[in-house]
Amino acid sequence: MMARITASVYTSHVPAIGAALDLGKSGDDYWKPLFAGYEPSKAWFKENTPDVIFLVYNDHATAFSLDMIPTFAIGCAAEYKPADEGWGPRPVPTVKGHAELASHIAQSVIQDDFDLTIVNRMDVDHGFTVPLSLICGQVAEWPCPVIPFAVNVVQYPVPSGRRCFNLGRAIRKAVSLYDEPLKVQIWGTGGMSHQLQGPRAGLINREWDNRFLDRLIAEPEKLADTPHLEYVQQAGSEGIELVMWLIARGAMSDLPPRVAHRFYHVPASNTAVGHLILENSQ
Amino acid sequence: MALDKPYKGIPGTTIFDADLARKGYHLNQFCMSLMKAENRERFKANERAYLDEWPMSEEQKQAVLARDLNRCIELGGNIYFLAKIGATDGKSFQFMAASMTGMTQEEYAKMMLQGGRAPGSPVRDPREKQ
Repeated sequence: MMARITASVYTSHVPAIGAALDLGKSGDDYWKPLFAGYEPSKAWFKENTPDVIFLVYNDHATAFSLDMIPTFAIGCAAEYKPADEGWGPRPVPTVKGHAELASHIAQSVIQDDFDLTIVNRMDVDHGFTVPLSLICGQVAEWPCPVIPFAVNVVQYPVPSGRRCFNLGRAIRKAVSLYDEPLKVQIWGTGGMSHQLQGPRAGLINREWDNRFLDRLIAEPEKLADTPHLEYVQQAGSEGIELVMWLIARGAMSDLPPRVAHRFYHVPASNTAVGHLILENSQ
Repeated sequence: MALDKPYKGIPGTTIFDADLARKGYHLNQFCMSLMKAENRERFKANERAYLDEWPMSEEQKQAVLARDLNRCIELGGNIYFLAKIGATDGKSFQFMAASMTGMTQEEYAKMMLQGGRAPGSPVRDPREKQ
C-alpha cells in the first residue's frame, strides 16, 4: 500500500484570527460568526485525522526577509517553532515535521522540473499556525506531523496559477509513490480578497470570491488560467495569495470531489475569509 | 525591450516587484530589524540615529519618520515589512491601513464591517487636496 491524498482543506490565514483565539476573544460578537463557520471543520477533522498534513502557505517577512526569496520552499526538518513576529511567538505547540515524506516529495517533484528550495531550519508564522488552530482547535499537541510548503506571494512576480496547479499534480504523483500507507491531507491557505496597502486598502469582492470557490470545486483547471492581473484588480493586491489554493487543488484526483464543507465570511480584520473542505472520492 | 508590467495602472495599488524590491532593500531590512526587542528599543530611543545606521535614501528616512506609509511604498517598502514599524509604535494593523486611505481608523473599521471597500468604488490618496 502506498501513500495517498485523501482530502484538501482551503482557508484564509488572517493573523487577527490567531490573536482572537490566543487572547480568548473567540466568543466576542465580532468573532463569533467566524468561529461558528469552522465548527463543522473541527468535527470533520476529528473524524478524518490524517497521518500527515502538507500545508501550503506563505511567509510574511518572518522566516524569509529580502535576503533570500525562494519561490517554492519545502520544509524537510524534524520540527518547526512558532515564530516571534514582533509580539512574541503564538502560544501554540511546536510543529512536528515529517522529514522522510518531505524529502521524498522534494526528490520526486524536483525530478519533475519544479525547482524547490529545501529548508532544514525555519520558524513558521501565522500563515502556517492560524489554519492549524482553526481546524485542529486549541490543543496541547498538534494531532499529526505537518510538512510546511512556503510560496513566495510577496515579491512579484509570484508563480502563476497554472504553475501552481501543475505543481500540485507533481505533489500528488510524489505522494502516490511513497511506500507507506499514509493518509495525507493537503491544505491551501491565504486569501480571499484583501488589500492591505495603499489608498485602495480594504478592498473586498464577495462576488468574485464566491465565483472562485465555485470554480475551484467544479473547473479548477480552467481557473488555473486566471492571470495575476485579475487577482490584483478583483481580489486586491494580497488576494494573489489564492494561487496557493491551486497547489492543493492540483494535488486532488481528477474525479469530481465531494464538498464536505463550505464557508464564507466578511470581515476578519481587513480580509474576506473563505473556507472549503474537499474529499477525494474513493 | 521593456518587460510587460500590466499592473501599473491599478488605482491606489503598488505592486512590489523586483525593481521596487531593489530600491527598497535597505528600507525593508531596517523594518525587519524591528523584530528584535533590543532594536525596537534603540529605534524608539533615537529614531534618526537608528535610521542613519542603514544605507537608506534621505527620502526613505523622512517617510519613515513621518510614518507616511504610502510614500514608503512608493520608495520600495513592502507592507508586510512596514507593518513592523506600526507594531513597534504599538499601533494595530487597521490603524496603519486606515492611514493609507485618508480615513480615520473608526471610519475604516466601519467600512470593513459593512463588507469592505466595494470594487470600483472611488479611491482617495490622503496626500491629495480634497
